[in-house]
Amino acid sequence: MKKKVLIMPAVMAFLTFILSGCQPLMVFDAKGPNAKTLSNTIIFSIIVMAVILLVVYVLLINMLAKYRASKQPADYEPPHEEGSKALEITWTAIPIIIVTVLAIVTVFTTSKVENQQTGYGDKKPLVIYASSSDWKWHFSYPEQGIETVNYLNIPTDRPIEFRLYSFGPITSFWIPQLAGQKYAMSDMVTKIHLAADEEGSYMGRNSNFNGKGFAKMEFETQAMSQDDFDQWAKDVKAHEPKLTEAKFNKLLKTSFVGRESFSSTHLSFSPAPMDMSEHSDSKSKKDDSHDSHDMKGMHMSH
Amino acid sequence: MSKENKSVPLEYSTEENELKIFGFWVFLGAEILLFATLFSVYFALVDRTGSGPIGKELFELPPVLVETFVLLTSSFLIGLGVHAMRIGRTKAMIVFYILTLVLGAVFLGVEINEFLTYIHDGATIQTSAFMSSLMTLLGTHGAHVTFGLLWGSGILLQIKKRGLNAKTANKAFIFSLYWHFLDVVWIFIFSFVYLKGVL
Amino acid sequence: MSMKELFAPMKEPMIFGAGISILVGAIAIVVGLTYFKKWGWLYKNWLTTVDHKKIGVMYIFVALIMLFRGGIDALLMRAQTAIPENGLLNAEHYNEIFTTHGLIMIIFMAMPFIIGLMNIVIPLQIGARDVAFPRLNALSFWLFAAGAGLLNISFIIGGSPNAGWSSYFPLAGIEFSPNVGNNYYAWSLQISGLGTLMTGINFITTIVKMRAPGMTLMKMPMFTWSALITNIIITFAFPVLTVALALMTLDRQFGTKFFAMQDGGMDMLWANLFWVWGHPEVYIVILPAFGIFSEVISTFSRKNLFGYTSMVFSMIAISLLSFMVWVHHFYTMGHGVMVNGIFSITTMLIAVPTGVKIFNWLLTMRHGKITFTTPMLYALAFIPIFTIGGVTGVMLAMASADYQYHNTLFLVAHFHYVLIPGTVFGVLAGYHFWWPKIFGFRLNEKLGKSAFWCIVVGFNVAFFPLFILGLDGYARRMYTYSADTGYGPLSMVSFIGALVLAVGFALLCYNIYYSFRHSPRELTGDPWDARSLEWATQSPVPEYNFAIVPHINQLDEFWYAKKEGRDITAGQYERIHMPNNSGAPMWMAGVLFLFSFFFVFSVWSLVIVFGIATLGFMAYRSFEKDEGHHIEVAEIEATERRLRGEL
Repeated sequence: MKKKVLIMPAVMAFLTFILSGCQPLMVFDAKGPNAKTLSNTIIFSIIVMAVILLVVYVLLINMLAKYRASKQPADYEPPHEEGSKALEITWTAIPIIIVTVLAIVTVFTTSKVENQQTGYGDKKPLVIYASSSDWKWHFSYPEQGIETVNYLNIPTDRPIEFRLYSFGPITSFWIPQLAGQKYAMSDMVTKIHLAADEEGSYMGRNSNFNGKGFAKMEFETQAMSQDDFDQWAKDVKAHEPKLTEAKFNKLLKTSFVGRESFSSTHLSFSPAPMDMSEHSDSKSKKDDSHDSHDMKGMHMSH
Repeated sequence: MSKENKSVPLEYSTEENELKIFGFWVFLGAEILLFATLFSVYFALVDRTGSGPIGKELFELPPVLVETFVLLTSSFLIGLGVHAMRIGRTKAMIVFYILTLVLGAVFLGVEINEFLTYIHDGATIQTSAFMSSLMTLLGTHGAHVTFGLLWGSGILLQIKKRGLNAKTANKAFIFSLYWHFLDVVWIFIFSFVYLKGVL
Repeated sequence: MSMKELFAPMKEPMIFGAGISILVGAIAIVVGLTYFKKWGWLYKNWLTTVDHKKIGVMYIFVALIMLFRGGIDALLMRAQTAIPENGLLNAEHYNEIFTTHGLIMIIFMAMPFIIGLMNIVIPLQIGARDVAFPRLNALSFWLFAAGAGLLNISFIIGGSPNAGWSSYFPLAGIEFSPNVGNNYYAWSLQISGLGTLMTGINFITTIVKMRAPGMTLMKMPMFTWSALITNIIITFAFPVLTVALALMTLDRQFGTKFFAMQDGGMDMLWANLFWVWGHPEVYIVILPAFGIFSEVISTFSRKNLFGYTSMVFSMIAISLLSFMVWVHHFYTMGHGVMVNGIFSITTMLIAVPTGVKIFNWLLTMRHGKITFTTPMLYALAFIPIFTIGGVTGVMLAMASADYQYHNTLFLVAHFHYVLIPGTVFGVLAGYHFWWPKIFGFRLNEKLGKSAFWCIVVGFNVAFFPLFILGLDGYARRMYTYSADTGYGPLSMVSFIGALVLAVGFALLCYNIYYSFRHSPRELTGDPWDARSLEWATQSPVPEYNFAIVPHINQLDEFWYAKKEGRDITAGQYERIHMPNNSGAPMWMAGVLFLFSFFFVFSVWSLVIVFGIATLGFMAYRSFEKDEGHHIEVAEIEATERRLRGEL
């Protein structure tokens, strides 16, 4: 009877496999080093967890099969068992070892995805400011001097650094196939480092609930060759209108808009928060890794 | 529950009394957490003054010293009150308790005046995150003192009407714990808000 | 606010329907009580009671009603997302529903269910006549009921909170949520939270000071231990919520700048405060369930609990760690590797004491004699299913990987895999286990088991797919999605699971009616051949709990006394002092309800009136002369004989 409970997850997993049409799940379908690191971490942890589950399930089935009342003589009276030092030390020590291993993996992979993605020679990272307002995303390219709304083009084979902030509620910038997510907030800038190895179109979205239009707050991420990217940037710079302060403020007030492109950024008149040194001179791309806002919110540890 | 135990002070003499004193200590534990949270909020926001004043521009030590002196003295007096209660001198106890409450009222008066000065200077609870956290921390303490004044007066009335017995002694003792607690909180406010602010 | 705005939510047909049905239900109850002349009975026996057992029953009664409210929210959510681009609910309605679902299930279902069981069982397990402060206990209950009422009327009058149960700022601030919904949030949680804090103080005092003679701490039953630790967590965690909610109210209604976007406000400060309370809150609802499983598994294995000492210490370890992990709720806010690393480690460490408990339960069964009663089935299903919740918790604890799980259905699946087999199965096990103690008859086993299978199967079908959807990039709290995401089929599977789950809960309720009609009267007081002290007295438990308070020599004293043929409740009866009933707690909570209600709408004149009335109630209590009453020996004798079936 109990075994039904135990095989259920297996059945469910099988069902899912069929139903999802054998397509790899998005998180495992990584197209860049950041997402690949995370995908590997997740697969590794699933394997470790499966082993733990197996141990618990085998023990449970064993107990239920052997010690059910129907298998015991009617006059059997279970003994008094205080506990067992040896056993208890074992099942404290082994989990501690597992936790230690996972902790090392965590720290290692976290620092890997939190820093500039490597393996692209000495190419300097492309800086893109991604900011959210109501239910749309603004992408500013200070290097190219252009800005887009609700779509994002990036070159492949080059590290990219996103600087995130919000003009309203907290949002979370997430392109699952390229990198894990990070919050965009109104009073500080956060960063995501990623790179795309394959050209293609990837789903990006805000994953942090921020009100009425949340479900539709998606953007398409187009990864293209450096040449295509340069060509596109040049076209935008040449043909699209300038983004004036008035136009930008109007844009902020509009809840939903489609795709838009501009040949200047909002950074000059509406700088990113607590990022004074950089936006005033948007051509300097020096990377200060010791962000003062890093520890924000951590004063709470009492 | 009504069995009286003569070997301990009156306020501990019944089982119910003992439970109440223990329960009140647990409550004070929760109160410590409440104020600890308010202090944490204050420390998180102390430098976030926006366009408003910073602590150094705002704080004036003389009234704060008066408040500190008044509250410390009241705490001492209520200690004497409990002592008087234990040796059975009801009259003296009542006098000490009344003095305690009077000093509490003085403290409150000075604090209200301090708030009015801030507001007069254009620094209200809406001015900045720093001002919000400062006035909430001080205000919560002040509200506790205000409640203490009402509560303490109620207990005095009961002692006056019903005399000192296991019940009223228990209440008076618990009230003294509350009052000492407010004193301790104030010492923290004095040190970590005012002194740290002006230095 | 005009009347039109006030009742604006009623324009929604579904809310209008719900509002009407609540009104009809309320009228039916009032008419019924009047027709059968039961008002006096209700007031005297229930509404004014200070008896911990009756208060416990009322807690569970309200918790079950809230389970249905929260359950309907859940069904609506699953129905809305069962197919792509569904139009059952619009975004605003969906946002309100997932917000109230979370709030109701955690604050107004799980907590009161657990507190209800603690109320019923703890004084009995430690051999006490009542809790330390019976009157305060009644006030705790009524404050909780007032909070629950306040949140539930929000969807008819003024609008429900809609910024998620965690209500992050600035979204929950006045600028982005200008309607009164989040004022309701602040006040309903505030007053019920005050009630919970009082419960915490009350039970710590009860357990520390009122145990039967001889019952040292290490001879306490495991449920009592879990309750003690839980109440300590409550007492330390709830003041943080009190402050957070007060700051929320100040920001929203008085223009302060704590979490504002300008003048130095810090939005993530709210998130920090919320989770400093919120994470311990998770353990507040899970540790008592652990205690219940310990009692149930040991009883139905007919063996003492394996590794009692390590069980106690692992709970203490969990309670300490629960205060050191809150940052894992927002790894993604851009702390450095260092901070995220530290909180990853503290979070994963919780798995160690939890694992110890799982293995101890498994080893308790070894060499045992396991019978599969309904409570035991819940306990047995808990182990494999909760372990999935536990190991996915460890996966989520890894900060780097969390960047991919955060805000997705993977997370939603994880915490349902923890809270449903943990808390819900726990309280259901306890509910079936202790039911005969309270009501003097058992719930039907056959119906109980059918309900169990529906719940277990339905739960897994409803929630396992969410793990997969999460890994496929499905963000939580989306009211709809497009067909080309491919989320459709699994979402439909999940909806079907939710329906099966609903059938299970319907059976659970039907079982109350069926067993009330058909179950035989239970006369032994010990229907399960159980181990701890609550089974030593009669069922239903007389007002005074124990005619004779037993002396305790060891853990499971009652069990060993049974084996050795000793009667630990024998002795000479003495008159028993009991507290008097009082209507004041209910009326005071009613006044606080009105105070909060008018606060929500910023009607300051009435806020002041009801604020002063609240102080008036406190003064009344202080000046009141209440010496309680005594139950005479003759009455005790008569009661004992009647309950033994001798009369």
